[in-house]
Amino acid sequence: MSALGNIIKKEIRELLTPATFLPVVIIAIIFGSLGSSIQGVQEGAKEKPIVGLINEDNSTLSAVAADVINKSAKVVFNSTSESDKQLGLDAVKKEKGIALIVIPNNFTEEILNNRSGPLEVYWIMQGAGLMDSISSSVVEYLITNINTNISTELIQRDISINATVVLSPTQRVETTYFKDREFKGLSPNTLNGMLSSQSLIVPIIMMLIIMMAGSIVITSMALEKENKTLETLLTLPVKRTSIVTGKIIAAAIIGLVLAVIYMIGMGYYFQGLQISQGGVDLADYGLALKSQDFLLMGVSLFVTLIAALSLCMLLGTFAKNYKSIQTLTFPIAMFALIPMFITMFTDFDNLPLGLKGLVFAIPFSHTMMAPKALLFGDYLFVISGIAYVAIFAIVMIIIVVWIFKTDRLLVGSTRMKKLKGQFLKIKKF
Amino acid sequence: MFAIEVKNLVKHYGSIEAVKGISFDVKEGEIFGLIGPNGAGKTTVLRVVSTLLKINSGSVKIMNYDMEKEADKIRKIISYLPEDAGAYKNLTGRAYLQFIANFFDPTQNKQMVQQGIEIAELGERIDDRVDTYSKGMMRRLLVGRALMTNPKLAVLDEPTSGLDVINSQEIRKLIKETAKKGTTILLSSHNMLEVEYLCERIALIAGGKIVEEGRPKTLMDKYDADNVEEVFMRVVHQ
Repeated sequence: MSALGNIIKKEIRELLTPATFLPVVIIAIIFGSLGSSIQGVQEGAKEKPIVGLINEDNSTLSAVAADVINKSAKVVFNSTSESDKQLGLDAVKKEKGIALIVIPNNFTEEILNNRSGPLEVYWIMQGAGLMDSISSSVVEYLITNINTNISTELIQRDISINATVVLSPTQRVETTYFKDREFKGLSPNTLNGMLSSQSLIVPIIMMLIIMMAGSIVITSMALEKENKTLETLLTLPVKRTSIVTGKIIAAAIIGLVLAVIYMIGMGYYFQGLQISQGGVDLADYGLALKSQDFLLMGVSLFVTLIAALSLCMLLGTFAKNYKSIQTLTFPIAMFALIPMFITMFTDFDNLPLGLKGLVFAIPFSHTMMAPKALLFGDYLFVISGIAYVAIFAIVMIIIVVWIFKTDRLLVGSTRMKKLKGQFLKIKKF
Repeated sequence: MFAIEVKNLVKHYGSIEAVKGISFDVKEGEIFGLIGPNGAGKTTVLRVVSTLLKINSGSVKIMNYDMEKEADKIRKIISYLPEDAGAYKNLTGRAYLQFIANFFDPTQNKQMVQQGIEIAELGERIDDRVDTYSKGMMRRLLVGRALMTNPKLAVLDEPTSGLDVINSQEIRKLIKETAKKGTTILLSSHNMLEVEYLCERIALIAGGKIVEEGRPKTLMDKYDADNVEEVFMRVVHQ
């Protein structure tokens, strides 16, 4: 074999390890699943949106609007009286529809009197994720079509009215219903944007902190092993519990300091975003975090940080040297990224059962979902999340302390070595 | 009372039996050496005595404390210097000694650090970061760390490993002086001359068993050898 071939063979053998391939395979699977979900939503968006229609205005222009709605949407409720509004809303909700559109009796009259015709839209918002706003965008497109068709009708009939009204013949009067609350004057997109600016900061910060503080703990364990300081530490008169909790608390303090720095920066960023979105204040709609909410948020953040660091300590016990840090940090990064993306893209309530279970099982999800839950007063969800994460952290710490009390920390898993040896024998055979 | 009492010690790593029923005693204030080829089980014995590893069977007592039941008490009176040990690289030598001293009696804290500095003999470099130290300086710092606590038992794994002649000699002298003050020393070494010079009694380990034990002089007479190295070769090849 040539020298070059010899080197290539050796390099490939060194690189051909599960540690090299597993992260890439998992990332490929995650992106594949995300792609399928996005495709599913897009296909859903191609279908006719489910709406309800109340047409009180028995005239030509309202007939144009109703015609567009009937042709472009699946109308599950049809009425001519606004007194049926509640019935209509119930019917749309039952069919998991998007909106109830009400054409009031003065619709045509207003347009013909040089004023935009009011079109009442009662949105049923299913979730507050980026994906959830796609369906409302379909209905917004439908309303744009109504405008276009009415403009065409006005031009064709050569009715003498103001050009501005011809170009923009309708005026939306919007109300959004979300989690049993009514938001007058807000569209789902505006509400979604506002909620995101309030609740997106925590998942992003949490993800960054977990990854940074987590890698601190794993690095600390790897360096203890690589620099051979661990053996000395374990022979000193100090309890194993103190070593484990000491490392976790130190990393948690660093993590919290990082969190505060991030929060200041991100806070300014989202404040700017809020102003750019028209300065709608959610507090005007009763959606503001109270002092007890901030307290719960703090507890949730702290407990999650401890849980993350305990998990990192557990992974750190497998570290052999500095090189192994990257591989061991990967599961933590995945655990932080999955709930962050899921909470950004869609609402927990709208997830399929399997994915709901996965998100709930990942301890980092709870803090990421807490701000939205607290805004809507879902304290049970937040408190049960804190309890779950606290139990997870305690179990992790117990496991890590147990590992510290065994030989495993210094000599590794002999069972794994044995299995590896047997596997190599079979491979050679 | 013996400082160390090891009876029928067995230690497995999975299916590998590293130590196969070793027994030996070390008297208080004695320097006892374990010698043997690589993989003979010396470090495993030292790690067990230092409370780092659990035993599979047999018994180990340090100053009458049972290893399995009273490991926390043992850690208060022993000091372990692993082979190739390191220190926290972002600390200075002094800060490292202070960090270790903080685990012991707070009233003795300052005195311990001062003693560690004196043993390490690093001069002004004691206030430099550990990552700037040479191998010899690092080993001296660690010997200082191991002996500054005045342990009743010091377990030293290859104490002069990788050191030049001058540094090695200084450390050997230090070990002798420490033993004179009453500290029991259990050490392992590949350097037979070192063992002969330092140890009052030695045990030769091969294949996880003690194959010979006694005073270096007695063993040299028994095997008609000029030095411990010859004793070792003869015993191992028997």
